[in-house]
Amino acid sequence: MLEALEGSQAIARAVALCRPDVVAAYPITPQTHIVEALSRLVAQGDMKTEFVSVESEFSAASVVLGAAAAGTRAYTATASQGVLLMAEVLFNIAGLRVPLVMTVANRAVSAPLSIWNDHSDSMAVRDSGWIQLHCADNQEAVDTTIQAFRITQETELPVMVCMDGFVLTHTFEPIDLPTQDAIDGWLPPLEFSRKLDPGDPKSLGTLVSPDFFAEVRHSHHAAMTKALSVIGEVDEAWSALTGRSCGGLLEVSGDPAARIGILAMGSTCGTIQTGMEHAAGEVGSARLIKLRAFRPFPADALRAACEGLDHLIVIDRAISPGLGGVVGTEVAATLADVPGAPRIHNHALGLGGRDIPETIYADLMATVTDPDSPAFSVFDADMEKLDPEDR
Amino acid sequence: MIEYRIHGRGGQGSVAAAYLLAAAAFHAGQMCQAFPAFGAERRGAPVTAFVRTDEHPIRLRSQVREPHFLIVQDGTLLQDAGITSGLRPGGGMIVNTTRTSEDISERFGHRALTVRATEFAVEEIGRPIPNTALLAAFLSATGLFPIDSLAAALRERFSGEVLEGNLRLVERAAGTVERETWKEPADA
Repeated sequence: MLEALEGSQAIARAVALCRPDVVAAYPITPQTHIVEALSRLVAQGDMKTEFVSVESEFSAASVVLGAAAAGTRAYTATASQGVLLMAEVLFNIAGLRVPLVMTVANRAVSAPLSIWNDHSDSMAVRDSGWIQLHCADNQEAVDTTIQAFRITQETELPVMVCMDGFVLTHTFEPIDLPTQDAIDGWLPPLEFSRKLDPGDPKSLGTLVSPDFFAEVRHSHHAAMTKALSVIGEVDEAWSALTGRSCGGLLEVSGDPAARIGILAMGSTCGTIQTGMEHAAGEVGSARLIKLRAFRPFPADALRAACEGLDHLIVIDRAISPGLGGVVGTEVAATLADVPGAPRIHNHALGLGGRDIPETIYADLMATVTDPDSPAFSVFDADMEKLDPEDR
Repeated sequence: MIEYRIHGRGGQGSVAAAYLLAAAAFHAGQMCQAFPAFGAERRGAPVTAFVRTDEHPIRLRSQVREPHFLIVQDGTLLQDAGITSGLRPGGGMIVNTTRTSEDISERFGHRALTVRATEFAVEEIGRPIPNTALLAAFLSATGLFPIDSLAAALRERFSGEVLEGNLRLVERAAGTVERETWKEPADA
């Protein structure tokens, strides 16, 4: 049944539906409402979990790592500087291959200090070995959160659910939360194959010599690659339960016959789609590609989604200074060996919470026919604000 | 789709006003979206919040630039240059102030409705939080959604004495404006 809810409240309730044994988190804007709502559910007796109030994100990640290693279902949430403070533990969680779900309320990273939304935080731990799924709206964030608990059990890889800070976390909109019975039937009990058990002692996180390190990394990469099919299957199973799909690895919409495509992750997708509905008559329509799985990177699905395109505009919500856009670079690499691959136009936009207006659609479409358009730009940067030598 | 922009000061419940308006629309069978533009989160600092309502699902996530309606929770904010920025010619502004509607309308060149919302709130709930009174007057004037849908939204959010006070506030504030006087768009 649809309810009108703030995104963060909905996420807390979705987490509660999955009955985690342990929740540890440290509040940070814009993730705070999620943790507050979870803490309230526990205090009111509506959620039975070991809620551990910690003194930092480093501890939050360490607590859930220990809890997951002991074979319990664990959850945490953070953002921005919190992701960075967790970074060491995030690599450990992934490298030890324990099942865990974490929400990242995507926010820019300091300096300069910004509390507002972009994808710099989850991008900074892109290579940590976590699955990273991006959500276009709050319904997808709820659905992906619940799916993440099943994906993490089936793959024994940790899953990061990325939702745009403020733009989703603080937005109140109609959301359908499944019933407890439905989730109890859909999400099997967690059985972690390598759990720490005093009855069957083993070590976790030991020193790995050069004789085995390469094999460990290879197997992690192989497991991530295998997770591609699990992400798709779990979304299908979710669709069978609720009638809703999040698009699996990626979702193609818009005009299938269009020669221009636009690829984006997260809440930007809805604004682009609305922009297209209003401006298609003037500037033409596009094929829209919503990239949901950023890690593992769905290369085959992407190649199929781009078939027939002459141009592909790739939106990055973060920047790798000295390179440009990470998503744009990865997409270009994926399509490099495809005959007749589209020309890539890579633009970073909406950095540090810069509002993305629906007119962005027409502005982006115009770059395709502009011979002077650079291969990469910070699209909405106003050069007039910069000294000439800084442009 | 109808778009709304709410201006207030930290502590006046501007974000709550946005959520309540969206919830009222939802109870009236509409789709809705409400979100704040957070800046410095301090008591007294200017706060802006946005609402969209529509019969169809709302996918647009940008800030509201061309609102149909402005809801101004604090009369002192009228001094801000650009407070009516983007307000559509056929729309209107509802303002918490002791000044007259004509006065505000003349100054800004937009249809205006003023409500003594702080005064009503202090008398009915004992706190100077103008959001409920403004929303009640707004819904009464526009007839966009039934007043009952605002009451339903308040029941989800409050209970006990606070709820009772807010429900009295709804009735009182709604009664101070001519019902559905803004049912049709203003002459542009």
